[in-house]
Formats: sequence, structure tokens, C-alpha cells
Amino acid sequence: MQLDQILQYTLSGLSTGAIYALIGIGFSIIYNATGIINFAQGEFVMLGGLFTLTGLQLLHLPLWASVPFSITATTVIGILFERLAIRPLRQPTPLNLVIITIGCSILIRGLAMLFWGKDTHAIQSFSGDNPIAIGGATILPQHIWILVVTLIIIAINKFYFYHTISGKAMRACSYNRRAAGLVGIDVRRMVLFSFIISSAMGAVAGIIVAPLTMTAYDVGVMLGLKGFCAAIIGGMSSGISTVIGGLILGVLESLGAGLISSGYKDAIAFIILLLILFIRPQGLFGKADSERV
Amino acid sequence: MLRLKNINTYYGKVHALKNVSLHLGEGEIVTLIGANGAGKTTILNSISGVTPASAGEIIFSKENIASLSPDKIVQLGISQVPEGRQVFKPLSVEDNLELGAYLRYRNRESRTSIHKDMNEVFTLFPRLEERRKQLAGTMSGGEQQMLAIGRALMAKPKMLLLDEPSMGLAPLVVQEIFRVLEQLRQEHGTTILLVEQNAKAALKLADRGYVMETGKVILEGLANELLENAEVKRAYLGKDKKEMWER
Repeated sequence: MQLDQILQYTLSGLSTGAIYALIGIGFSIIYNATGIINFAQGEFVMLGGLFTLTGLQLLHLPLWASVPFSITATTVIGILFERLAIRPLRQPTPLNLVIITIGCSILIRGLAMLFWGKDTHAIQSFSGDNPIAIGGATILPQHIWILVVTLIIIAINKFYFYHTISGKAMRACSYNRRAAGLVGIDVRRMVLFSFIISSAMGAVAGIIVAPLTMTAYDVGVMLGLKGFCAAIIGGMSSGISTVIGGLILGVLESLGAGLISSGYKDAIAFIILLLILFIRPQGLFGKADSERV
Repeated sequence: MLRLKNINTYYGKVHALKNVSLHLGEGEIVTLIGANGAGKTTILNSISGVTPASAGEIIFSKENIASLSPDKIVQLGISQVPEGRQVFKPLSVEDNLELGAYLRYRNRESRTSIHKDMNEVFTLFPRLEERRKQLAGTMSGGEQQMLAIGRALMAKPKMLLLDEPSMGLAPLVVQEIFRVLEQLRQEHGTTILLVEQNAKAALKLADRGYVMETGKVILEGLANELLENAEVKRAYLGKDKKEMWER
């Protein structure tokens, strides 16, 4: 009985964790390209869910069309965000940027509230709600969707950053902006790219999680913070360590909520966040900066 | 080929370049010498568009490039090898070189011609070929310098700006690097603007030189004349050493 429960909590923790991982990678990509912690990342997640809702209910699109519609719409918002709020900044000090992203996040949330209202909306599952038994535990088809989509996104990411010239250029910007400029990489273009990728990934996370958790104008706050937490555990890497960070977070949260009390669910994420920041600010797997000169 | 006319550049409120003028002919090797803080690096960065000049003209092939962004300037054919190498440390040697050709990839140039140039870089610096899969940050200073030069060459520049390529390197490595610079000029007619603390070695390689002090050019002339110039000898060829021993 106890073991089955643990298995159950672990499985559902893994799929929530996958969502955190996707959001966390969104944070890391923008952070690596620009040095900005984009506190509006969670809003992209919220927009992903709500634009899907618009596609389904307002435009009467089928699900397969609502998803790309939602990703595109969210990405357009991401582009506008970069163009209107980040690029015009003359002296982009970190503090200015943090305040701007927080401000934009509040603005986007406010507009979403006006547009979609304060209600919580349900979105249909991608392929039904018949539970699947695994050992003594059950999961929903949507959980499988989440895990598979996350894996695919991570694989695409990996390919982009390690095997295409544009992905390598983006990494180059994160390692050494000045040198990147000197080889002819337009750093500002890369910043825009990073916003495009991150907003699209945020949207995907919001879309696949919406059938499980429902969606509303304010889901971005908590999801964003959890994703941020995953990115911190992963040392702000846009690769596998943030994925592991997200999964660890998801599982611990789920076990904690199940075995201790569901009231502590969110607290667990933030205790982990604080512990990591106090004890290993470079991330769980990060090495402290050491460079050979 | 390149002409700077009364360039003025500021770092915040610091007036780093005061009415600097200089020129380079096609295929020339010209060196800038002077003490730390004289403005040598700033000249290179103003040409590259990293710290744009606030007044004056920078004419390259009859075009004023003073207000262009760094990527446009690379596109026109001026590549800088920055001070302290600045290679992309967590990337492999090969990736670093590929990124040197970033604009050529973006201009849809064929991969075969880019790879041909990579092989040419490997011929210039065989050590890079041995280490093509190695991460740049794990190589020695000399190898990183070779990589930085190789990366700049991948853009197929008409003109190369080098900022202190000999810094912190063993004399033998410096010799090898200077030999390659000479070879580049002979085989490709590359024009080279070389900033150096090692004034003696630089003047031996260069055709002409400019001497800078506190943001101004105070002396210019043929390299061998500068080598014999009493003032230069005192200030940059002899005194450096003396100071080193005295302190």
C-alpha cells in the first residue's frame, strides 16, 4: 500500500517536474543569452494555456490547430516583449531589467485577466481521460503526453544548441558577448531569438499542463517560480541539469504533498530554492567557476 | 585602405582618443606601440565598432565605417583578434573556428569553401588540428592565441587587427605567431594592424609604426627608423626593461 502510494506520487511528480523543467529551460535560455532573469517567463506559460482555450472555444479550431495557434500567439507576445521592453533600454543594468520583467509580467497578467476573465478554465485532454495502470499506480494519458513532449523539446533544444551554427552562436553570446560581436554575431538578434525560443517553450509547457491543472490568468506566477527553482537547481543551464532539477523538484513536491501534507506543496519548492541558493548557488551539478588562463 | 581622421573616443567621461589619425595601405603591416593606457586597444575597438568614435571619420575602402555595428564591420572585411584571446572556452576548437565564419554561414556560403578555409587554418597552425575536438578553455595560452587568430581568419578578412598577441606567451610561441602573420601578408596580402607591448618584436615585423601616449599619436615613421629613434629606444625599447629591474 505504502509502496504503491510512493510510486503514484513519484509518477505524477515526474510529469509535473517535466513541466517545471520546460519552464526552467526557458528561464535559462534567456538568462544565458542576455543575463536577464525573465520574471515574465511564467506568463508565457499562462498565455500558452489560455490561447489554446481561445483557439478551441472562440475560434472553434480543433485541438491540433489550436496548439500551433497558441504557440504562435505566445511567441508574438514574446517578440513584442523583447522589442518594446528590453531592446529600447539604454543602460540595461540587471536591476533595471529585473524590474522591467516583473512589471511586464504584471502587465501581461492584468491584460489576460481583462481578456479571459478571472475564471478558471478547463481544457480537454489530448487523448481522453482513461487512467493507465502502472504497477499499483495509475497515470492519465495526459501525463504521458507531458513526458513525451518534454523529451522531444529537450532533444530539439540539444540539437539546436550543439549542432546548428545559430545555436552555437547563441551559446557563444552567453560565454563571451564581446568576442561574439567581434566574430560578426549580431548579439541583439540573438537576444530576440532567445525570447522567441523561450516564449514558445513556455507556451508548450502551458498547453500540455492545462488539461491536468486547468488554467487561469494567474497560473503563471506559481508555475514561473517553480520553473525558476528548477533552473536554479540546474545551475541556469539550458540542458540536462535543469531537466533533472525540474524532475527532482516535481517528485519531492509530490511526495511531500502526499506523505506530509498537501498544504506544504508550494513551501517545499521554496525551501529547496533557498537551500540551493545558500549552499550551492552554482546549482546542484555546477562547478564553481574555475578557468585556465 | 584604412584611414582614421581625427578620431575622438570616450569611455564614459574619459577622453581615451584625442584627434588620432593614422592610415594603413593595402598589404601593409603597421604596429601601434605605447605604454599601458595610451589608447592602443581603444583604437582597435573604435575601428571594430565596439567603442564607437564620437567624432572623426574611419574610412575603409572609401566608406565611412565609424558608426557601423561590429557585425557590419566584420562583414566588410575587418576582423579583430581581441586582447587576451577571448576564445569561446566551453566550445571545441572546431566550433570556435566555425563561429569565426558565422557571417559566411549566414550569407549561405557553401560549406565546402568554409571547410577549405578551416583546413587552411589548420595548415597555418597544425596544433589546432591535433586538438580540433578539444574544448578551447583547456588549451594553453599559446594555443588559445592561435585559435583566436584562426577564428578571425575564418571570416576571410582583408584586414586583421591584433591586440597584444604576444601577451603572456613564451618567446618561441611568439615567434611562431609572428611568423604566421608574415606568411599571411605574403600569401594572402592581408593588411595587419598590430598592437604590441613588445615593441621590439613588433617593429621588426612591421613596415611602419605609430607611437602613442595618453590618447595621442606622438610619433610615426618607418619601423626601422623607429627602432633607431632615440626617443623610442629610451621610452619603449630600453626603459621598459630597466624599470622592470629597478622596481
